[in-house]
Amino acid sequence: MRSPSVFTVYRWELRKLRAQKRTYLGIGAAILVPMAFTIAVALRPGEPRDVPFGRYIHQTGLSIPLVMLLFGSIWFFPLITALVAGDIVANEDQNGTLKTILTRSVDRTQVFFGKVLAAFTYAFIAVVISSGFALVAGLIVSGYNPLTSLSGQLVSANEGLSLVGASVAVYMIPILAIASIALMLSTVTRNSAAAVVGTLMFSLILQLVVIIPGLGGLQPYLLSTQFNSWQGLLRTPIDWDPIIRAAWVSSAYAIPALLIALVVFLRRDVTGG
Amino acid sequence: MASSPPVEVHGLTKQYGDITAVDGVDLTVEAGDVFGYLGPNGAGKTTSMRMMLGLIRPTAGEVKLFGKDPQESIGALAGVAGFVEAPRFYPYLDAKTNLELLAALDGDGAKGLIPEVLDIVELTDRAKDKVGGYSHGMRQRLGIAASLLRKPRLLMLDEPATGLDPAGMRDMRLLIKRLASEGITVLLSSHLLAEVEDVCDRVAIIRKGKIAYQGQLSQLRKEAGLSYSLRTTDDTAARKVLDSFSAITDVAATDDGTLRFHPADESAVAQLSGQLTAAGAMIIELAPRSATLEELFFELTEGES
Ligand SMILES: Nc1ncnc2c1ncn2[C@@H]1O[C@H](COP(=O)(O)OP(=O)(O)OP(=O)(O)O)[C@@H](O)[C@H]1O
Ligand SMILES: [Mg+2]
Repeated sequence: MRSPSVFTVYRWELRKLRAQKRTYLGIGAAILVPMAFTIAVALRPGEPRDVPFGRYIHQTGLSIPLVMLLFGSIWFFPLITALVAGDIVANEDQNGTLKTILTRSVDRTQVFFGKVLAAFTYAFIAVVISSGFALVAGLIVSGYNPLTSLSGQLVSANEGLSLVGASVAVYMIPILAIASIALMLSTVTRNSAAAVVGTLMFSLILQLVVIIPGLGGLQPYLLSTQFNSWQGLLRTPIDWDPIIRAAWVSSAYAIPALLIALVVFLRRDVTGG
Repeated sequence: MASSPPVEVHGLTKQYGDITAVDGVDLTVEAGDVFGYLGPNGAGKTTSMRMMLGLIRPTAGEVKLFGKDPQESIGALAGVAGFVEAPRFYPYLDAKTNLELLAALDGDGAKGLIPEVLDIVELTDRAKDKVGGYSHGMRQRLGIAASLLRKPRLLMLDEPATGLDPAGMRDMRLLIKRLASEGITVLLSSHLLAEVEDVCDRVAIIRKGKIAYQGQLSQLRKEAGLSYSLRTTDDTAARKVLDSFSAITDVAATDDGTLRFHPADESAVAQLSGQLTAAGAMIIELAPRSATLEELFFELTEGES
């Protein structure tokens, strides 16, 4: 006899995600891409020396998920995140189901935050699964060996493993900001393709901004830069500055995006369906 | 203090750019009514009902459901259920799961009602099938089932019989009658008077966003009965007489040359017969006719008044 809450909406949003193809498309890609990468590592002698940890991919499997985090930040993880976050509101518009759920006993704020939590959960699960598979595949191919930190010190395999876990956790900060932007576009455009592509464009354009002469100084405040903040964990001693900056810079993107989305969602006319 | 009526609407207006979809509608649905909300395509029925359900914001005016404004809080929808246009569900979930989802969003033990409501709309056999594969009629029935989950005191249905076959329409009518007999107030929109004639007791007729008539259906019938038909030897002269007569209104000619009109009362008819003869139009037929409701409806919705 409980009355419904944000968590009721959240549970059912997850249930809906479990029944949708695009969920598995995202998770499938999150698994396949690191697998393909690891297979390439196993088959080819060379290594991507120009990225951090690239040179260690044959020495320790722990480096594989870290290299994936680096490569993945350009478009792969933003895409997987946006695939669901960009669809989670627009999908209701396309199915005409917004009117169906908004005439029950949950208010629009509850519906909105239920969706936010579900989109965040999905992004989290996708990144964790992807990194998990990268790790396991990496260990199989390159072994469970000590890792060389960015400061050149060798850290034990066990310590390296927990650093990889912590890196994935820190990586979630900008990922959730991407999810928030995708959610905003989903709410505003009411079209999931537009929201997914829009999010991707946004994240790619941010990476190009710094090329424009005179705008290089913006680098630390771009969302794309925050995808590298976990590297602070892999210094000895740990450099917390980039992580702290990632937290507030990402919030500065995420909170306004969510607020805009919320206001639009609360005020909009539900005319479709 | 009398309790608030299920639906009370004042000056309800919705503007879409240049189009005034709903234009100052006043409407009251009393407890126990089966209220027909009638109007042709594009009259503003769906738009008004969207505002009543809190789905869109009125440009002006207000809606009160049992005294509460659905714009202010979702609590105003307590005891209220229904749908506008075709009911929509998640195509990738089966019917039962769709209802479970909605029951969860209703809270209050709605989940326990699922077998019962599926039974009422005769979808128990198909409950495990994805709604994406449902026919239009099945979706319509699932829409009713979803509404009944809320144990409504007020049911708002927007053209629930649209697209149903004759048997489906009859079933829908029987179901609505049955629900009404259980004490549920029903607001039912339709563009066909005939469709609601034998279920509704009160009606409002909306035309171009404005209410053209509101009241008892029986009263509307009475008004409909006041029409007369006239055939004479000289149609043009007769028409002139009718047009000049202030106690006679709504003069119209039918295809076969018969004239129709509304007299203010019977004495106006008596006077008319004298004047027609004087004008040289000999009466062949002058008869009160029980105009069908449909004609009146047509007049109210299409006429130039
Ligand atoms: N979202 C919208 N944007 C612009 N105009 C709209 C919108 N919704 C409705 N209208 C206009 O408002 C008017 C009333 O439409 P509405 O759907 O309420 O009519 P209706 O009485 O339900 O008609 P029908 O019997 O065809 O369902 C129409 O002229 C329609 O074009
Ligand atoms: Mg309509």
